[in-house]
Amino acid sequence: MPSAAVVELDEVRFAYGESDVLRDVSFKVARGEVVAIMGGSGSGKTTLLKLIGGQLQASAGHVRVDGEDVASLKEAALYRLRSKLGMLFQFGALFTDLSVFENVAFPLRERTALPESVIRDLVLMKLQAVGLRGAAQLMPNELSGGMARRVALARAIALDPLVMLYDEPFTGLDPISLAVTGKLIRELNDALGSASVIVTHDVAESLAIVDRVVFLADGVIVAQGTPDEVRASTHPFVKQFINGEPDGPVPFHRQATPLAAELGLERAHG
Amino acid sequence: MKRGLIDFWVGLFVAAGIVALLFLAFKVSSTSMLVASDTYTLSANFENIGGLKTRAPIKSSGVVIGRVTGIIFDPHTYMAKVSFAIDKRYQFSRDTSAAILTSGLLGEQYIGLEPGADDRMLEEGGRITITSSAVVLEQLISRFLFSKAQEGGNGAEGGGTAATEPKSNHAVEK
Amino acid sequence: MADVLVRFFSRLGAPFTDALLKLGFAGRFFVAILRHSPTSLLRFSLTMREIWFAGVLSVLIIGVSGLFIGMVLALQGYDTLVRFGASSSLGILVALSLVRELGPVVGALLFASRAGSAITAEIGLMKATEQLSAMEMMAVNPIARVVAPRFWGGVISMPLLAAMFSAMGIIGGYLVGVQLLGLDSGSFWSQMQSAVDFRLDVINGVIKSIFFGIAVSLIAVFEGYDATPTAEGVSGATTRTVVTSALVILGLDVILTAFMFRGV
Repeated sequence: MPSAAVVELDEVRFAYGESDVLRDVSFKVARGEVVAIMGGSGSGKTTLLKLIGGQLQASAGHVRVDGEDVASLKEAALYRLRSKLGMLFQFGALFTDLSVFENVAFPLRERTALPESVIRDLVLMKLQAVGLRGAAQLMPNELSGGMARRVALARAIALDPLVMLYDEPFTGLDPISLAVTGKLIRELNDALGSASVIVTHDVAESLAIVDRVVFLADGVIVAQGTPDEVRASTHPFVKQFINGEPDGPVPFHRQATPLAAELGLERAHG
Repeated sequence: MKRGLIDFWVGLFVAAGIVALLFLAFKVSSTSMLVASDTYTLSANFENIGGLKTRAPIKSSGVVIGRVTGIIFDPHTYMAKVSFAIDKRYQFSRDTSAAILTSGLLGEQYIGLEPGADDRMLEEGGRITITSSAVVLEQLISRFLFSKAQEGGNGAEGGGTAATEPKSNHAVEK
Repeated sequence: MADVLVRFFSRLGAPFTDALLKLGFAGRFFVAILRHSPTSLLRFSLTMREIWFAGVLSVLIIGVSGLFIGMVLALQGYDTLVRFGASSSLGILVALSLVRELGPVVGALLFASRAGSAITAEIGLMKATEQLSAMEMMAVNPIARVVAPRFWGGVISMPLLAAMFSAMGIIGGYLVGVQLLGLDSGSFWSQMQSAVDFRLDVINGVIKSIFFGIAVSLIAVFEGYDATPTAEGVSGATTRTVVTSALVILGLDVILTAFMFRGV
């Protein structure tokens, strides 16, 4: 990729207490790129997004967004940086006490001093982009899961972010909503000229829209490449993940004492 | 809920709260006259204050004109020194006398002021010198029994002035 | 043996260290709220909405409870006072108990269970559904936008509600004492007025309710913000708000009363 990286992770390590969640994670995302981070549940994907958003701080290494080291920023500077970020949460995280319109208007009202008429036009434009202009006056509890996700997307792009972060955008959607969401992510990224990071374990949908895939297992990057490279990969983990095989490098059983010992059939040693 | 409607209800709520406070202030309670600018302070020494407490009323002719602000024991005179605040509107002559009285048989104790005839008035920090102590019920009863016993033995000296004689002390005016 | 002792003392100490840690967090949280208060108080419409939630919606329960408590006080008090021929002092009894104690204390207990629990549940659910995280990612501080307005809404509402409680209680006492039991209306009010002092009784009652308002509001927003982001966590936090508030209100009441009415 020729253009400069807007998200850059450099040998990032993150630990909750004693155990490492992420180890030596390094990758870059440039403008215009859509990158998927894939891995099983509990592989540290969501932690990665929180590190980029500055909600968590790396134990070692550097996270840079638009050239700024996230960990070194003071609160005010961090908030300034965050207005360049848009994040779509797993279930939308719409404000349940505000209407769809007010939800999308929220970042505009809080972060800008635009006059009401401009805010109204912007909100309707963003809602038009996700195809929900007609739902502007509904409350979040009147929306289906897919619609709520799209409203949340409209809210996330309200300030035309430089970087979009998606936390499991495909979870719990029917096939149509899923395709719509995927298409929107790609189109919005191209229209805004932003960089997108998608954390997901939905293989088929993400391979169709992304430029690059990073595979994460047990907190380390095990493989990365373009969708075509990934499909052709012979890497055992990637093969297991893409084909959805139950057993492989990722064992079916979580590490435990031998079953016989736990059931008391055999005297546990030590 | 529309913004304007919320404003309306909150306004009504705050108004109702203020009305409740005003009700408590004017209908339920009375303001004690303790604002420093509207009162002047006097003091008086008593041999015995009985059950007098701070904030007890000062009355003259039954009208409340002030409050007791402090009671201390004076180690030089071995008497109780009571200071009290009087409403500025009421002036008293220098030979005013103060007595600790009880409203009803078992009611609260208060200080009664009896104006004198002097032309000079008491000023801020002044002291009332003619005082009469609280009547202590036990003493009253014991004196009564004592005089009854005396009456039985010696009829001529009955009655006994002891019970009602005011314990006056004419100290030097300041 | 030593092992048993160590375990015994560890188990004994754990609740204390936990409580102390939580108290420390709550203290820092309080400072954070105060630090972010100016911005949220400047946008007063946010606080306005919370006064509506915490205050306006509590008026009914506060008013009705106050009325009933005043009525019961009058019925019970009359029964006792009439034995000493002092039934005309009923107004004093009703007014002093309400203004000094019951108004602030029972008002705050009702406020904690009506508004405090709602605040905790709301903030807890916002946390569980990632609304607070979303806000943070939109570069909006949730303490300034969500917590501080709710805190101030509670602090402003509480004294007003306590005053309404006392006033309604006295009206209830009047209805029972004068209208039902036939006491003289004039002596009911005049005895009350001569015995209740504005500064010492009414103002001290208001000061109490301000303290209670701060305590309950802080507990409610803290428990919500600190809640485990699950359904179970939020329900536990809501319960803790009511229980902790009740204990803190009654404990504070002892301390404040000891300071206010000492030696009088």
